[in-house]
Amino acid sequence: MFTEILFWVFSSLLVLAALGVILARNPVHSALWLVYAFFNSACLWLLLEAEFLAIVLMLVYVGAVMVLFLFVVMMLDIKIELGRGQFVRFALVGALVAGIVLGEIYAVVKVRGLGLPAMAAPVPHPADYSNTHELAKVLYTDYVYAFELAAVILLVAIVSAIVLTLRRRAGAKVQDVRAQVAVRAEDRLVMVKMDAEKKP
Amino acid sequence: MITLPMVLTLSGVLFAIAVAGIFVNRKNVILLLMCVELMLLAVNFNFIAFSHFRGDIAGQIFVFFILTVAAAESAIGLAILVVLFRERKTIHVEELDTMKG
Repeated sequence: MFTEILFWVFSSLLVLAALGVILARNPVHSALWLVYAFFNSACLWLLLEAEFLAIVLMLVYVGAVMVLFLFVVMMLDIKIELGRGQFVRFALVGALVAGIVLGEIYAVVKVRGLGLPAMAAPVPHPADYSNTHELAKVLYTDYVYAFELAAVILLVAIVSAIVLTLRRRAGAKVQDVRAQVAVRAEDRLVMVKMDAEKKP
Repeated sequence: MITLPMVLTLSGVLFAIAVAGIFVNRKNVILLLMCVELMLLAVNFNFIAFSHFRGDIAGQIFVFFILTVAAAESAIGLAILVVLFRERKTIHVEELDTMKG
């Protein structure tokens, strides 16, 4: 019963936060609402006994991705104003499409049933059950190939993000290490032969 | 007791809100990226719910990989956005029409 109340509280806050993301006028506020949405999702995942992923969501998303979002939003300094009528028109179309999507999802879940009553109440895990341990056991055995692929994807993401944003400004004072190493003594030093004193 | 239909409904509502957000904020690329993040979150809810109610941990593994790919995607997307803003001084979707799409 208590978990059910918690579920309703967190899920209503999550829906509220999601509405805040799409309706906020200021992109910074949207990003902050998204942080709040991720926080509530992490709480819900804890209720669903996915403890490790809840912590990962907080650390990776709130800690890294959303900070990146906020950084870019603040750095770009964008001012996109919508007229009132334009906003209402977009909102109407959005609500229509969202209603259709929701109706379709509901129809599939309702009509197919998905055997939902059959999986109503799983037995809660004992107190000494470690979600991280179980996840690791599967991740490093059955899914080790996918795990390595994920590592490669992250590496590619790092390299591409750096390559994309790297730029060479004209006139910046930088060392050219290759030129420094390749220099030879005769490039810099000129031996001049001259007499010690003027000839009489 | 939390039941599977409750979680699935929540996930559907979240996804629908994100879809509506793409229409409402179609001028601003950053907000579109945020709406995509919300959609991925809704999908992750489905995986976690089924993993919980079927007692199969594979769903959580999938969420793990989705989180990885989503983080990589947002990093590259934001990098592209920064480059775009540097080149064009705008991220208005309607002014990004170089490819005549």
